[in-house]
Amino acid sequence: MVSEASPYNTPLLSMQNINKAFAGIAALSSASLEVAAGEVHALIGQNGAGKSTMIKILTGYVSRDSGEINFDGAAFEARSPQDAQAKGISTIYQEINLVPFRSITENICLGRESRRYGFLNWNAMHDEARSLMGRFNINIDVRKPLYEFNTATQQMVAIARAIGFKAKLVIMDEPTSSLDEREVNVLFDVIRQLKQSGISVIFVSHKLDELYQVCDRVTIMRDGRTVKIADLKSISKIELVASMLGRDVAQVAKSATAFGNRKGKIGETVLEAKNLSAGHMVQDVSFSVKSGEIVGFAGLLGAGRTETARLVFGADAMRSGTMELDGQSLAPRHPIDAIDRGIGFSSEDRKLEGIIPDMSVAENLTLALMPQITKAGIVDEEKQRVIVEKFIARLGVKCSGPEQRIRELSGGNQQKVLLARWLAMNPKLVILDEPTRGIDVGAKAEIQSLIKELAEQGLGVLMISSELEEVIEGSDRVFVLREGKNVAEFVGKDINEAAVMAAMAHGSESETKLGNAS
Amino acid sequence: MKKTSLIATISSQGVLIALALLILFGWLRYENFLGLFNISTVLRYNSMFALVALGMCFVIMAGGIDLSVGSTAALGSVVSALVSDQGMLVGSLVGIAAGLCVGILNGFVIVKLRILPFIATLATMLAANGTALLLAHDQTVSVSYDGTFVNLGQGDIFNIPIPAIIAVAAYVIGSIVLNFTSTGRSVLAIGGNEDASRMMGLPVDRVKFMVYVLSGGLSGLAGVILASQFGAGQPIEGVGWELFAIASVVVGGTLLTGGVGSVGATLAGVLLLGLIFNVLNFENGLGWISLSAYWQSVIRGLFLLFVVILQSRLAIRKNPA
Repeated sequence: MVSEASPYNTPLLSMQNINKAFAGIAALSSASLEVAAGEVHALIGQNGAGKSTMIKILTGYVSRDSGEINFDGAAFEARSPQDAQAKGISTIYQEINLVPFRSITENICLGRESRRYGFLNWNAMHDEARSLMGRFNINIDVRKPLYEFNTATQQMVAIARAIGFKAKLVIMDEPTSSLDEREVNVLFDVIRQLKQSGISVIFVSHKLDELYQVCDRVTIMRDGRTVKIADLKSISKIELVASMLGRDVAQVAKSATAFGNRKGKIGETVLEAKNLSAGHMVQDVSFSVKSGEIVGFAGLLGAGRTETARLVFGADAMRSGTMELDGQSLAPRHPIDAIDRGIGFSSEDRKLEGIIPDMSVAENLTLALMPQITKAGIVDEEKQRVIVEKFIARLGVKCSGPEQRIRELSGGNQQKVLLARWLAMNPKLVILDEPTRGIDVGAKAEIQSLIKELAEQGLGVLMISSELEEVIEGSDRVFVLREGKNVAEFVGKDINEAAVMAAMAHGSESETKLGNAS
Repeated sequence: MKKTSLIATISSQGVLIALALLILFGWLRYENFLGLFNISTVLRYNSMFALVALGMCFVIMAGGIDLSVGSTAALGSVVSALVSDQGMLVGSLVGIAAGLCVGILNGFVIVKLRILPFIATLATMLAANGTALLLAHDQTVSVSYDGTFVNLGQGDIFNIPIPAIIAVAAYVIGSIVLNFTSTGRSVLAIGGNEDASRMMGLPVDRVKFMVYVLSGGLSGLAGVILASQFGAGQPIEGVGWELFAIASVVVGGTLLTGGVGSVGATLAGVLLLGLIFNVLNFENGLGWISLSAYWQSVIRGLFLLFVVILQSRLAIRKNPA
C-alpha cells in the first residue's frame, strides 16, 4: 500500500485489512480506506471493485468478516445505518432516500425532533431547517413537501439532514448522477463548505473530472483490494483509469473504446423520424438512421434520448410527428408492431426490461422469436436449438449451456444474449440504449466491437450512451438532444468531444440565447 | 426446455418425496390404505381441488392470483344443479360457462382496467358467492337423478372415477401447454418479468386474460363435479378452496412471485395435502386417538409454512444480497 502523505497523519476514519465474503466469494480482501478530518476523499473503482461493500460495512448495512475500523479516535462499530448516523457517519444515496410527501422540515428533523411539553415544537424545527438550508444559500419554504422540489434541492435536504445529525463524515454515493451542470456546481460549493467546517466527505463517483474539482485524495479499488491511494494533484486521469482497470497506461491511452476504425458502407436511409413529440420529455426530435450506420444519441440525463427511442419502438404513445421505415410510414402502437417491421430494442435497464431472470439463456434468446419458431402454437425445439447454438457461438456468450439460467450469467454475457435476441430476428434497425452499462471492461470492448461488426454487415444502429467516448468514437453520426429537442448533428470527422459536450450543455446557438434569456 | 430453476427442482422433488413417504406410511400402518375403495375415494374427492389448483397454478405462474376460485366453483355447482335434468353434457357446459364468465370478468378488470389481481378477484369472489346464494335461494339445490348428470361425479370407467380421469386429462394438457407451446412459455416469461415481456412483443395482455379465463373455467368444471358427486348444488361450498389451491401450488414448488412453476408438481401438491386429510381419517378409524377434522387444517397450514420458509431460504442462498 502507498504510504499516506504527511498532511493526513491523523485520520478521522481508518479502515484496515477489511475482509468480507458473500457465499464463499471474496468481495473484499484486506481492503483499506483512510480519510483525514476535513478531507474530501474520492473512492473509485469499476463495478464489483468493492466500493459499495466497503461503504455498506462502514454504515452497518452488512457486517465484516474481519478487519479494524477506527473513527474519531476510537474503535467503530455500526449496527445499522441509523446507528452509524447517530455516531456521526451519514450517507447520501444515489436514489435519495427521503420521504417525498413530507415537508422539508420533517425530512431534515425526522428522528431528532425538537419537543416542548412533550409535543413537537414546529417553530423551532422550521427555524432549524431554514438555517441549515440557508447555509447552502437556498431559501425555500421548508413547510412544502419534498417532492415539489427538484433533485438537486432534495439532495441538499439530504445533506442538511446529515449536518443536522452532527455528521463528522458524509458519504456521497454518486451524488451528481442526476444533477445538471449548474446543480453540480452548487453541490460542489456545499462540499467545499463542509470541508471548511471540518466535516470529511467520501465522494464515490464514476465521473473523473469531478474528482479533480472537489477532492483532495483518491482511493482506488479493484477486485476487492485497495490498489492505490494518491493525491489528486499528483495523479493524471489516465493513471486513475489505468489503476482502476489494472492495465498499463500506454494501453489505455491508445484507445478508450473498441470501436476503432470503421469499415463497411453506409447505405440508404432506414429510419426517418420527423418532429416527434410525446409527454414533456420529447418536444421536437428529428433524426434519421441509414443502413450500415451507427447513429449516436448524446445528451444529459433527462434530455429525452430513451423516451425518443421508445417512441420508435412503440413502447410509448406519440403525440405528434411522423416516422418512416424504408420509406413506408411507421406508427407502432405496441412493441410488437415495431418488431414486426424489423426493429429491435435493447433497453437500458437489463434487469427491469430485458432479461427474464429465471428462464434459460435459450428461452431469453428466443422468446421474442416465438412466432417464427412455432407451428400451430407448438414450439419447434429443433429450430430453437439451432438458432440458440448459432448465436451463442457467434456472439461468444460464456455460459455452461443453453439451459443455464440467465441470472447466473455476468452482465456482459446477459447483454450478449439480449443482443442475440434481436439479431436472431434479422432486423433492419436495432436501438441500443446504454449497451455497455454495468458491464466490465473486457466485455464492454467485446460488445462494442460486436456493434461495429453488425453495422458493417448493413444493420442500422441507433445507440444511446451516457459515456461520451462511446458515442464519439462509435458513431458515424451523432445527434445531440437537449431538453427534448435535437439541438445539433455531427457527422464523421466533425464529431469531437468538445463540440458534442458544448451542444449537450448549451444547445445550438439560438438555444443558448433562449437559455440566457430565461 | 424441461429444466426449471434449482429451487423448483428441489421443491418439486421434495413434494414427490414427501408424497411417497406419506403413501409408504399409510400402506404400512393401515390395512386398506392402498385398497381400491380408498384410492378411488381419495381421487374422486380431490379431483375438484386438482382442477381448481391447475387454474391457480397458471395464474400464479403468470404473476397473478385468483381468490375467486372457491366462489366460482360454488356458483358452477349451483347453476349446473339447476339444469341437471338436461343431462351431463348440458349441466357441464352451463357450469363451465358460469366459471368462464367469472374468469372473463376477472381478466377484463385486471388486464384492461389495471386493477390489482388480489383486489379484483376478492371482489368477484364476493360477487360470485352472492350470485350463487341468490340463484340457490340460500339453500342447496338438489340434482336430478333422472338423467346422466350424476354419473359425471359418481361414475367410473374401468374402476377409475370419472372426475379423476377428467383431472388427469386436464393436467396432461396443462403440462403440454406449459412446456411445449409459445403460450405456455409466455406465461412464465410474463410472470418472470412483465415489462421485459412487453418489450419483447409478447402478447402480455392476451396471455394474462387467458389465465384468468382458464382458472374460471376450471373452477366452474370443479363446481359441476361437486354438484354431481354430492347430488346437490352447494352455494356455501368452496369457502377456503382458494387457499387450498394456493397451498397446493406453492407446496409444488411454484413461486408465488411468478415466473417459475410446474404443473406436475402442483398435482403432487394437491395429492399430498389431500392425503394428509385421508391419513387423519384412518388414524381416527384405528380408534386409538380421535383427531378432529380441524387438525387437517393445522397440519396443512404448518406444512405450507415449512415449504414457504424452505423456498425463501433456498432463494437467499442462490442470490446473496
